[in-house]
Amino acid sequence: MKVVLLKYNAGNVQSVLYALERIGVDAVVTDDHDEIRSADRVLFPGVGEALSAMQSLQEKNLDKLIPELKQPVLGICVGLQLLCAHSEERDTKGLGVFDVKVKRFSNRPNLKVPQIGWNAIYGLQSALFKDVKENSYIYYVHSYYAELCPWTIARSEYGMEYSASLHKDNFYGVQFHTEKSADAGEQILRNFINITDRK
Amino acid sequence: MLTKRIIPCLDIKDGRTVKGTNFVDLRDAGDPVELGALYAKQGADELVFLDITATVEKRKTLADLAKRIARNVNIPFTVGGGVSSVEDASVLLNSGADKVSINTAAFKNPGLISELATAFGNQFVVLAIDTKKEEDGEWYVYLNGGRTKTPMRCLDWAKKGVEAGAGEILLTSMNNDGTRAGFAIDITKQLSDSLPVPVIASGGGGTMQHFVDVFQNAGADAALAASIFHFKEIDIPDLKKYLEQNNIRVRN
Repeated sequence: MKVVLLKYNAGNVQSVLYALERIGVDAVVTDDHDEIRSADRVLFPGVGEALSAMQSLQEKNLDKLIPELKQPVLGICVGLQLLCAHSEERDTKGLGVFDVKVKRFSNRPNLKVPQIGWNAIYGLQSALFKDVKENSYIYYVHSYYAELCPWTIARSEYGMEYSASLHKDNFYGVQFHTEKSADAGEQILRNFINITDRK
Repeated sequence: MLTKRIIPCLDIKDGRTVKGTNFVDLRDAGDPVELGALYAKQGADELVFLDITATVEKRKTLADLAKRIARNVNIPFTVGGGVSSVEDASVLLNSGADKVSINTAAFKNPGLISELATAFGNQFVVLAIDTKKEEDGEWYVYLNGGRTKTPMRCLDWAKKGVEAGAGEILLTSMNNDGTRAGFAIDITKQLSDSLPVPVIASGGGGTMQHFVDVFQNAGADAALAASIFHFKEIDIPDLKKYLEQNNIRVRN
């Protein structure tokens, strides 16, 4: 199986590579369109700021390529956010795979932003969460979130409920850092690699 | 609901774990990667590696260490110690570190905080503050591992740091560090109540009840300790059970 990680200015590529290595998966990091198109799985990591990430994708024409991909694609953190229609972070237009808005957590007492730490995921649907228990803890670091929508396949609560994970056709997204989420995170990565149907 | 975090801190010198008492004596507590992986397995929520090596090769050594940690440890970690430029931070990020902590360099050049936040996001920037309560009852910022006093008050500096883009504060009370008499509740609470970002309390954790106190009475988002974990005086699974029994949400 050929697994690729998109090469652009995302910060957590190395961490995702190591997490894949821990579950026995070799992956290559590339921005070559042919190589990406021919891969069996595409991971779209992301850490940092949405607009500069989007600009980096545009420089490599990856913004055109990604929505056309046919194999399973997994967006992680900012990767998920960029798969959405729009982000409030510097008014960034997204790739529009998921027709949903990405908003900023509003500061209020007892709600620190960014959300940093381990929170529970629940309402788990799809093969992405096979053998992952309801209310498993996973690691989040983020100030922006995708609202609940018809493509939500896992939820978390931080001041209100939001999409922990999204799925539409061959596209998946996780807002949490599955590559840093201990055993639960590794199971989710393993599930993504093993996904056969698209339900 | 977001859980409270338990963070073992590993002080690193020349690739080995050390821990000072009130920043002076150093004791050897093993290989950082092995120890980090063990803590992750035991349920630590995050790890902090602070490098105190002062040699010219340190940057490369630290990047190599970050790579080894990232490869072997499946929880997030922060690297600190001598990060003084976007380039330093970038090398660590690309080695697999989740955050960098900055201390003296940020105080001397607050622009560094905003440069790092712009380049990598606020969540990447942990502002570490060493603070000491003086006879006038005020908490002051200290630099250079606690050796240099400044006239800056802790809360003022923390607020400035967050405005500049720090995503988290790692607060070490020098009065409490190494005493095992409990965390500094008053300054931790002041920061936690005043700042819109998470506060990691450090210095003084000696018993499991101290952790309950710092979460319940000071509103800390995370608590960090070193030797009590390194020398197995507190076992992380026991600590988490104890916190749960005291109605503090933790990852289990």
